[in-house]
Amino acid sequence: MEPADAALADAHRHEWGPVLAATVRVTRDLDVAEECVADAFARAVESWRADGVPARPGAWLTTAARRRALDRLRRDEVAARALPWLVTDEVAPDDPAPTETDLLALVFTCCHPALAGPARVALTLRLLGGLTTGEIARAFLVPEATMAARITRAKKKIAAARVPYRVPGPAELPERLAAVLSVVHLVLTTGHTASEGDALLRRDLLDRAHDLARLLRARFPTDPAVTGLLALVLLTDARSAARTGPDGELVLLADQDRTRWDAGMIAEGTALTREALRGRPVPRYAVLAAIAAVHAEAPSAAGTDWAEIVGLYDELLARWPSPVVALNRAVAVGFAAGPAAGLEALEPLRAEPALATYHYLAAARARFLQELGRSAEADAARAEAALLTGNAVERDFLGRG
Amino acid sequence: MAGYLILFYVDEAAYAADAPADLLAAHQKFQAAHGDVLRGGGQLAPSATATTLRGGGRSPDYAAGDDAEVTDGPFVETKEALGGYYLIDAPDLDAALAVAREVPVVFGGVEVRPVVYP
Repeated sequence: MEPADAALADAHRHEWGPVLAATVRVTRDLDVAEECVADAFARAVESWRADGVPARPGAWLTTAARRRALDRLRRDEVAARALPWLVTDEVAPDDPAPTETDLLALVFTCCHPALAGPARVALTLRLLGGLTTGEIARAFLVPEATMAARITRAKKKIAAARVPYRVPGPAELPERLAAVLSVVHLVLTTGHTASEGDALLRRDLLDRAHDLARLLRARFPTDPAVTGLLALVLLTDARSAARTGPDGELVLLADQDRTRWDAGMIAEGTALTREALRGRPVPRYAVLAAIAAVHAEAPSAAGTDWAEIVGLYDELLARWPSPVVALNRAVAVGFAAGPAAGLEALEPLRAEPALATYHYLAAARARFLQELGRSAEADAARAEAALLTGNAVERDFLGRG
Repeated sequence: MAGYLILFYVDEAAYAADAPADLLAAHQKFQAAHGDVLRGGGQLAPSATATTLRGGGRSPDYAAGDDAEVTDGPFVETKEALGGYYLIDAPDLDAALAVAREVPVVFGGVEVRPVVYP
């Protein structure tokens, strides 16, 4: 790859959000800002190949996108607008640097509770992460046309209902921050186990979860939920390299080569988890991070403190009950107290409608049944799990038997 | 400054049976607190008193005129019926939602809609 192309790929990965955020400030229209940023990247292809990569690619792109935006504004001055301008706070219009505040304003706008949940995630990945509509659609198992309509509708609502482009004030902050964190968490979990496709991980989503969690931590360093979420991102991603084998096949936690876990991420994630657990009340992300930390610090699956993990799931179940948490707890019980206990803990969950099509329940039953020597039942459960998963890597794993 | 209409939707049966005696006073307090942004508002008589005109759009001024089909009842029958409204000025949705959060409402909730002024 030419140096210019490598620099462009890198800029697309790291600078899309900051450049867009700075451009929105000028255009006060999300669609126009996106077009201007796309135009700046297109110009960069020519310019960087011909004249070399600029010293500060992000600043180059921002200048190009904003210049394009100003051109368009001049040209469209008299044109009637169908939608109101985006509501922004007044700042000096020629302020050149993409600021962290602009980026956060874009995050809070994309994750506004007045937008539908799926639209928040989609807008965040597209406007901040620079993902295409097709990439987002594939991550969330919806047709591209559906995802495109969802994004268009959300953008229209932002303009028409005047969802403001700003970091919310102290009174609104707790609710608004919670909405942002849940979007980042969904990006993380979707990236960690892609819902569909041939790869187990979606590296692009995991990278975006990292960026967003770091951005939030930089702005809200004392918020325990923010700290807990960054810890969870690090501790989850630390295991990524070991989760698939040489041919991309799924490797279970118990069988993973722990030397391939990222020690740096684990150390940072564990320290952040300790910090987040000091929050009162203890935030959910801190408990989730603590579970990941117990796994990360264990020398082996057998050497894992499963009783501790069951205890943490008990806390989750008490404060944030959900069928999936109940399932994870039951699996942990199986590792802490043996397959018979695990199977018994799983049994009542088979009647849970929310889990009826969730392949992890069948997969967990298959495992415990196998350990108990009940092979025929284990085969049936494994076949059921394989039918239910949309991810080819997981399906192959379940088929291996 | 933009306009927002805050619509209250109320379970009329529950309201008729059990409306709090001090609800009106709560509205008066709300109106006093937000007098600077309130442009209008009022409680609506129950939806059973509504009269609906359908049709129209064919005459040059788009008015229904004599084409209108007149029927008894609200335009859409819902369990929670439109029970009142406030029209407010607000610079953006967050400001509008902050006002909407303080609207006294029992047996239902409020909907916040931007008003498109010509």
